[in-house]
Amino acid sequence: MKDLGAPALMGISKVGKKSRPIKPDPHFGPPLKCTKRLKEIMTRHYMLSRYAEGAKPVAWVTSGAPVEVLRPFGIYTVYPENHGALCGAKKMGPELCAVAEEHGYHQDLCSYARIDLGHYFSGKTPAGKLPKPDLLFASNNICQTVAYWYKALSHYLKIPLILFDTPYNFREITDSDISYMVRQFEEMIPVLEQVSGRQFNYRKLQEYVRIGKDASLTWGEVLATMKSRPAPMTIFDAFGHMVPIVSLRGLPLALEYYRTLLSELRERVSHGVGAIKRERKRLMWDNIAIWYKMRDHSSLFAGQGMNFVTATYTNAWAETTPYMDENRPFESMARAYSLVILNNNLNSRLELMERLIKEYQVDGLVIHSARSCKPYSVGQYDLKRLLMERLEVPSVIIEADITDSRAYSEEQTRTRLEAFFEAMEG
Amino acid sequence: MDYFAGIDVGSLSTDVVILNGGGEVCGYSIIETGANSTEASEDALENALAQAGIGRGDLVKIVATGYGRVSVPLADRKFTEISCHALGAYYLFPYTGTVIDIGGQDSKVIRVGEGGKVVDFTMNDKCAAGTGRFLEVMAAKLRVPLDEMGDLSLHAKGEVQISSVCTVFAESEVVSLVARNHPREEILRGLHRAIVSRVWSMVKSIGVNGEVTMTGGVAKNSGVVVLMEERLGKTIHIHSEPQIIGALGAALLARRAFG
Ligand SMILES: Nc1ncnc2c1ncn2[C@@H]1O[C@H](COP(=O)(O)OP(=O)(O)O)[C@@H](O)[C@H]1O
Ligand code: SF4
Repeated sequence: MKDLGAPALMGISKVGKKSRPIKPDPHFGPPLKCTKRLKEIMTRHYMLSRYAEGAKPVAWVTSGAPVEVLRPFGIYTVYPENHGALCGAKKMGPELCAVAEEHGYHQDLCSYARIDLGHYFSGKTPAGKLPKPDLLFASNNICQTVAYWYKALSHYLKIPLILFDTPYNFREITDSDISYMVRQFEEMIPVLEQVSGRQFNYRKLQEYVRIGKDASLTWGEVLATMKSRPAPMTIFDAFGHMVPIVSLRGLPLALEYYRTLLSELRERVSHGVGAIKRERKRLMWDNIAIWYKMRDHSSLFAGQGMNFVTATYTNAWAETTPYMDENRPFESMARAYSLVILNNNLNSRLELMERLIKEYQVDGLVIHSARSCKPYSVGQYDLKRLLMERLEVPSVIIEADITDSRAYSEEQTRTRLEAFFEAMEG
Repeated sequence: MDYFAGIDVGSLSTDVVILNGGGEVCGYSIIETGANSTEASEDALENALAQAGIGRGDLVKIVATGYGRVSVPLADRKFTEISCHALGAYYLFPYTGTVIDIGGQDSKVIRVGEGGKVVDFTMNDKCAAGTGRFLEVMAAKLRVPLDEMGDLSLHAKGEVQISSVCTVFAESEVVSLVARNHPREEILRGLHRAIVSRVWSMVKSIGVNGEVTMTGGVAKNSGVVVLMEERLGKTIHIHSEPQIIGALGAALLARRAFG
């Protein structure tokens, strides 16, 4: 589960300035005012990263890790998956992946991992510079890949790795699962104290858990505005606006930002302002974005009068938030972080998709089968068939990758999408 | 009288069907696509027009389909093969609920609804496994003409298992099987089995619904058809010219949309 990282936004805004201005696409409604604010926040935040190295302990963190626990220690966090998404959006995926492949990493390894390792070996990045980490923090609640990827980093960089191991939820999460995870939190505290040179402050942790929860709940409300017809934003917008909830989670800035965004979206809803001008059909997206195709796809669908109003991906940072509880920070984080979509069984994913389809009045489903992300892509053919049987929602599977465009075939994808459009028109 | 043309520019063949206003086929043509799809579409159209005994001026509308649909400047509109095969199959066999199309470059399974509409579909991924190209490569390796491989395989006494679905690996497997003197028929049967298993997983993911119609060039291969029928446990409808079903669907769309 990744996000278009802040370095991404920073990089993109720079590129936008250099290249010729993009002609406004007549199929879109007025742009969101908040986008400017988002860029400011993230640019400032990432500017700081240049000074973080040496001044503050830096951790590289996976997108699904319980980052709240790092916050009381004042650890500066960097998200390699964000960086991967940025490289994808800047079309640098194949180049960096190839570097990792030259060092013996297999093409079938997730391209976020290959990009990150490619960056480690070559130093190439579109984001200026990433601060070197003092600590690695990973959770396998999104996949097992991160465990091995971060182990490799830990080996190369000779720095400690904290791995938060979340038992997969086959049926129901048990008390022993919870206590197993709580024990891990207890064990990581001394390591964090040592890396940061700060003493653990329980009250501060409670504070960060509370702020993190509020931000996630607000993010959930932001997404819920897309239930309106026409939806005030598209899921392609949301792929960008999810950056703070992923990489600034627990910080007051994220909460403040989503409150501003929420009020803008509510304003749009009350005036009937849609993200696209002619919203005829409403779609759901499954899996991570195809970062190097975002702009093309967003215009393609808008041109058809089709708007993506929900996605399992963006929803992932809102879904399990209600479990968070500042009065029981460790237990509640264990629950919230182990029940995320990729650590949960396919039945619950099916139920989630059914619920989203109904609540957002979805007419069709686009399923990205991502070569990189096995845990997200496994079972999609069954989900597709079951959703067709139960709800008669037409759907299409496109086989691609999140950042490695070598796994993408323009012509095949076109044909599939056009056939989907034809089927939707009946 | 008004006439309508459908042009299907495929990876191997370019097919044209001409319909009259009453929806009857009055001319068709199948030629090799070759290197220039625009020329192929012109040539195939000329052939079909000659067969129908009409001139280009008699055509009211032209619809193009197939992977080369973008390179048919003559076309008034373009539709994907998926919509065209569904409609063509439905027109010929109105109880069709499932279409299995195996062409040269891709294979697809389509669930067809009322009026020949596409309800759901799936396509093979970006590789030659499970396509007609796979069979072409193997036929060449075994020096068997394409149109004989099906019947030959039906005469096999046994069957050799081909373990690789990858065209390149399967090719070297075939080479070593030949070297070890395995009968050609048995190797062919194994190859047909491999393609059927591959397509079968697509059939399963869409589900079998109503009667099954097969389209595309591989429907001419009796070896594949027999094994597919075995898997399905029912007979498959096949038109005598399965390669033109896409073009037929395109011509029907031309007639429907503009007639
Ligand atoms: N006479 C034949 N007998 C058996 N198989 C055939 C015959 N002609 C074509 N084929 C098969 O059909 C495939 C081409 O199918 P076709 O529908 O023409 O493809 P496309 O639409 O991509 O041009 C070939 O790859 C071959 O495997
Ligand atoms: S495999 Fe999937 S969940 Fe794991 S890092 Fe890659 S994209 Fe993320």
